[in-house]
Amino acid sequence: MVQNRPWVTFCSHAILILGVLLVAFPLYVTFVASTHTLEEILSVPMPLTPGTHLWENYAQVLRSGSTRGAAAPVGRMMFNSLVMALVIAFGKIAISIVASFAIVYFRFPLRRTFFWMIFITLMLPVEVRIIPTYKVVSDLGMLNSYVGLTLPLIASATATFLFRQFFLTIPDELAEAARMDGAGPMRFFFDVLLPLSATSIAALFVIQFIYGWNQYLWPLLITSDESMYTAVIGIKRMIVGGDALTEWQLVMATAMLAMIPPAIVVLLMQKWFVKGLVDTEK
Amino acid sequence: MAAISLRNVVKRYRTGVQEVQVIHGVNAEVAPGEFVVIVGPSGCGKSTLLRMVAGLEEITGGEVAIGDRVVNNLEPADRDIAMVFQNYALYPHMTVFDNMAYGLKIRKMPAAEIRSRVDKAAAILELGQLLQRKPRELSGGQRQRVAMGRAIVRQPLVFLFDEPLSNLDAKLRAQTRIEIQKLHRELGITSLFVTHDQVEAMTLAQRMLVMNAGRMEQFGTPEEVYHRPASTFVASFIGSPPMNLMNHAPGARAGTIMGIRPEHLDVGNSGWEVQVETTELLGAERLIYGRVAGEQIIVRSAENQPNPAPDSVIRVAPREDRLHWFDAATGKRI
Repeated sequence: MVQNRPWVTFCSHAILILGVLLVAFPLYVTFVASTHTLEEILSVPMPLTPGTHLWENYAQVLRSGSTRGAAAPVGRMMFNSLVMALVIAFGKIAISIVASFAIVYFRFPLRRTFFWMIFITLMLPVEVRIIPTYKVVSDLGMLNSYVGLTLPLIASATATFLFRQFFLTIPDELAEAARMDGAGPMRFFFDVLLPLSATSIAALFVIQFIYGWNQYLWPLLITSDESMYTAVIGIKRMIVGGDALTEWQLVMATAMLAMIPPAIVVLLMQKWFVKGLVDTEK
Repeated sequence: MAAISLRNVVKRYRTGVQEVQVIHGVNAEVAPGEFVVIVGPSGCGKSTLLRMVAGLEEITGGEVAIGDRVVNNLEPADRDIAMVFQNYALYPHMTVFDNMAYGLKIRKMPAAEIRSRVDKAAAILELGQLLQRKPRELSGGQRQRVAMGRAIVRQPLVFLFDEPLSNLDAKLRAQTRIEIQKLHRELGITSLFVTHDQVEAMTLAQRMLVMNAGRMEQFGTPEEVYHRPASTFVASFIGSPPMNLMNHAPGARAGTIMGIRPEHLDVGNSGWEVQVETTELLGAERLIYGRVAGEQIIVRSAENQPNPAPDSVIRVAPREDRLHWFDAATGKRI
């Protein structure tokens, strides 16, 4: 229904603007806090306009973290987070697309059993199996390593299920036509399935990158070496016991920095992301 | 060009513990360069038979030979055949050119040769302007032509068509039918064409293979099938409206079924008494539905003949030389 009533337009805009402010205000406060000294932040009321210590604070955390909490440079943490997010995103996509290719296009004994086994793991999130997983990773000597950070999180029932559903919508005749054309299974996979899945892959990449970047519990458990901290863990480790001691301006600067890469990924892939969620090239 | 031999071809599916037989021993010899249409109602196994020739379905029993090679255990790509699918199965992300060239690229043909073959096929099918388009930018008829082009560039021994016209509207279908005929005359490649549409079958076929419930009912030219149907099934399946089949027709012997086509009944002053039920004017002709000796009968008369009123009685004379007789028990022609 299209209406043109000034009052309705005003109201809807007001509500939307209010919503945006509500979401944006904490972000703004974070930014403001990252530009002041600790004394200024702790004064009551806290200043709500940007201060003059922006470069100082950001340079400090990027080079050498906080002075009282963890002293690992945030630059290093960002790199760790990036590695973790990228390996998880690509790993998940690679493994689940191949797994669903097998489940949809090949007939092998216990095919359905395997599918349901994968599917059932959907009901077991990381948190539920975290103790046994920790035990395994620790026994394999993978604590404080990139492998330990990423490998246990790579297997993904959700992505496998998503690709399976997508492959099922591709008409069988396409596979048969490729067989007629003389394309073997892997050729069909690379020449036909992969290009057709491009938008789904892009959408999944955005979701999984953010999932990997925001991992908290798992890296918290298995990283004790400062050089392996991720940005999210870095923030946690900078907060020391008593409030007074925590350098909030540095914590906030780190939080701002930690927000940037996911935001960039979303902005750059927005078009693909939406396309992947709503339509398929068929 | 190659002959196709179907020798006692059988297909069984296993569903759980049950085994279902869908093709019951089909024997047929298709001559080199011949255009054969496989026709039958849906579920009669005609597509399965074609897919067995294509290599997309395993052959449970018997032999399929293309040329002098038994192809039972060959991959579809090694059978030297090309297939046009009902939904065309074009690769959505490739241009028309790439769609046609894909099979040739896989066979590692030199790029120049691929280009010349695709250009030639595009010229025949009038696709020249569309080579750089994606399938989704094409109309149904154009997609259908691309699917044919993909088959043509392969220069195979055999073309297989799986109801390629069923997704087109009526006008385009008639037009494409003529194009396929022309194409076959020019290329002379042995073709198997599956359809459930008897008009397509009659107009395209050099010989037609009529199937019912997994069995071959008749294999012959359209004229043979129309004028000498081998069974009551063929008699009622081919021809529109279908042949009148009567158990108790005046003058019929017990244990036989008499068949006569609606156009071989003449309205006049002699012959059977027909109780008229309703009539339909189809333009050039009129169909009269009625009953004779309690049995349903359809009579085809010209539109300039008088239109009999419902419940009136008219007299209809069958042409004696056009009567068909079938065994009532087996349905076979006597």
